[in-house]
Amino acid sequence: MSASGVATSSGIAVWWGAIRRDRKALAGSVILAIFLVIAIAGPWFVGDPTAPVGIPLQPPSADHWLGTTGQGQDVLAQLVVGTRVSLAIGFAVGFAVVLIGALVGVTAGYFGGRIDGFLSLLFNVFLVLPGLPLAIVIAAYLPSGPLTLGLVLTVTGWAWNARVLRSQTLSQRRRDFVAAAIVSGESSPRIIVREILPTMTSLMVAQMIGSTVYAIGAQVGLEFLGLGDVSGVTWGTNLYWAQNDSALLTGAWWTFAPTGLCVALVGFGLTMLNSGFDEITNPRLVLERAWRAHLIRRGRGATRSTPVVMDRG
Amino acid sequence: MTYILRRLGFYLLSAWVALTINFLLPRLMPGDPATALFARFRGQLAPEAMQALRETFGLTQAPLLTQYLTSLRHVLTGDLGISVAYFPSPVSTVIGTGLVWTVLLAGSAVAISFTIGTLLGLVAAWWRRGWVDTWLPSALVFLGSFPYFWLAMVALFVFGFTLGWFPLGHAYADDVVPAFSTAFVTDVVRHAALPVATMVLATLGGWLLSMRNTTIAVLGSDYVNLARAKGLSPARVALRYAARNALLPSVTGLGMALGFVLGGSLLTEIVFSYPGQGYLLVQAVRNQDYPLMQGIFLVITLAVLAANFLVDLAYLWLDPRIRESAT
Repeated sequence: MSASGVATSSGIAVWWGAIRRDRKALAGSVILAIFLVIAIAGPWFVGDPTAPVGIPLQPPSADHWLGTTGQGQDVLAQLVVGTRVSLAIGFAVGFAVVLIGALVGVTAGYFGGRIDGFLSLLFNVFLVLPGLPLAIVIAAYLPSGPLTLGLVLTVTGWAWNARVLRSQTLSQRRRDFVAAAIVSGESSPRIIVREILPTMTSLMVAQMIGSTVYAIGAQVGLEFLGLGDVSGVTWGTNLYWAQNDSALLTGAWWTFAPTGLCVALVGFGLTMLNSGFDEITNPRLVLERAWRAHLIRRGRGATRSTPVVMDRG
Repeated sequence: MTYILRRLGFYLLSAWVALTINFLLPRLMPGDPATALFARFRGQLAPEAMQALRETFGLTQAPLLTQYLTSLRHVLTGDLGISVAYFPSPVSTVIGTGLVWTVLLAGSAVAISFTIGTLLGLVAAWWRRGWVDTWLPSALVFLGSFPYFWLAMVALFVFGFTLGWFPLGHAYADDVVPAFSTAFVTDVVRHAALPVATMVLATLGGWLLSMRNTTIAVLGSDYVNLARAKGLSPARVALRYAARNALLPSVTGLGMALGFVLGGSLLTEIVFSYPGQGYLLVQAVRNQDYPLMQGIFLVITLAVLAANFLVDLAYLWLDPRIRESAT
């Protein structure tokens, strides 16, 4: 195994150790793990989600745990099968968006000058254009389906990450280790990939989690509008059909409530994981916790003071 | 002054990008769907509408550059083409009917959410580890992870359908005459209450957290300590010293949030059958009314750009550093 391989595996061990110690991060990962299991294995345990199996709009019963839809389909089956596509799009977009953001942001921050000027202008324009209307206009012209949704959400979602990573790169660029790498004759791509990017790993992980939350929410919204593949089964199309069949005005809460809860739970789990990461990696928060623990050990009440970040080197 | 001009230039550039995207999209679209669309509409649409569609898709004999300049001229003169779904109304007229409602909904939601959220954030930071700080952020973040329109569905179901406290949709009741009267205004407020409340609930957490975190950082700074040491009243320290500076990142976020809230507003309108841009947009998507869809995109984009410019002006007023460097 190469040296970098060892570094990665011990990196994962460090992350996992930190997650286990933090209550928020642990709760988030448990929620996420449950949904991942449902997404991967769930579809094998439920019937065909599109087949009519009973009388339309029946409330939850022993036969159909979450009732039936306006077309007499099983709500639970739709929910479980929908999890797979919805999460897949969410994670794929989360990954793509950070990848493009890193490519653009780091290039802009590293090279500076005209390249920076142009790229900064580009992502600032994309940031200020309203995302959902732009996504709708693009999606309407493409054949509907998961691929279109993924593409559209990537186009409208990458700019924020590029902006954050650019400013991070700018501050790294001025550090001594980059200067040392330049002096020792390393090529620019190598410096970017081997020297600068590794210092931003935790930031990029956080961005990926945040972008996934965005992607799942936006995707459900677009599908709710009818821009997804309305004959497919995803969380968004479930809500689309619930609205179309006027589920609300007939009191059929079970056709829309479970789906929204799942979207929220996944989003909440990811957000918890993210704020857990923040508390692990943010030196100010780490120090504050240590300080409070110290005060309590000395038998004094926790004060309101916030210690400044000290150099712990 | 240069600051204002620079920002203005940036927004003009963004508007131009939006216009160009609008022009290029139908032309980049693969050939077959366009033909299929025309086949679908043939015989159903009047020749004028077909001509308008053809111009949208660039199926004219004119060279691309001429088409581009023509389309820019049309937009600049307020001509957004003819709607397919609402034929023979021009797109600008159709959009005009819904614009007031969307601005009302999204505008009041942003204003209320920003004010309450920022104040709560200040409270949470000032009384660290009090109950506001402990419970509210988690609860609001949890609420914020629901899709806007799903919260709207639940609110409509519980407060509209089950309890009957609020009307089930539309901007005002059929039997009320639209006029500037007390009866009409109360009716509009009653109809807007639920949609606005759901949007406020969904966005409150973000404002609270952003204000809380920056206030905590500001409260640890020297100038706040000095203000405290001078013996100024806590209210003065909190509002005049800490809050004013802590507000800056939130104000920056305001511009970006506007676009986001407008998007959420579009979806919320659909749930409440509210006659704004969102409702029109769904009609446009269902009827493949491309001119209307693009018109809505343009109008919303221009509105967001204008709002962002106003935010920049507010920033100038709040942050003396920019004012100094700008003059």
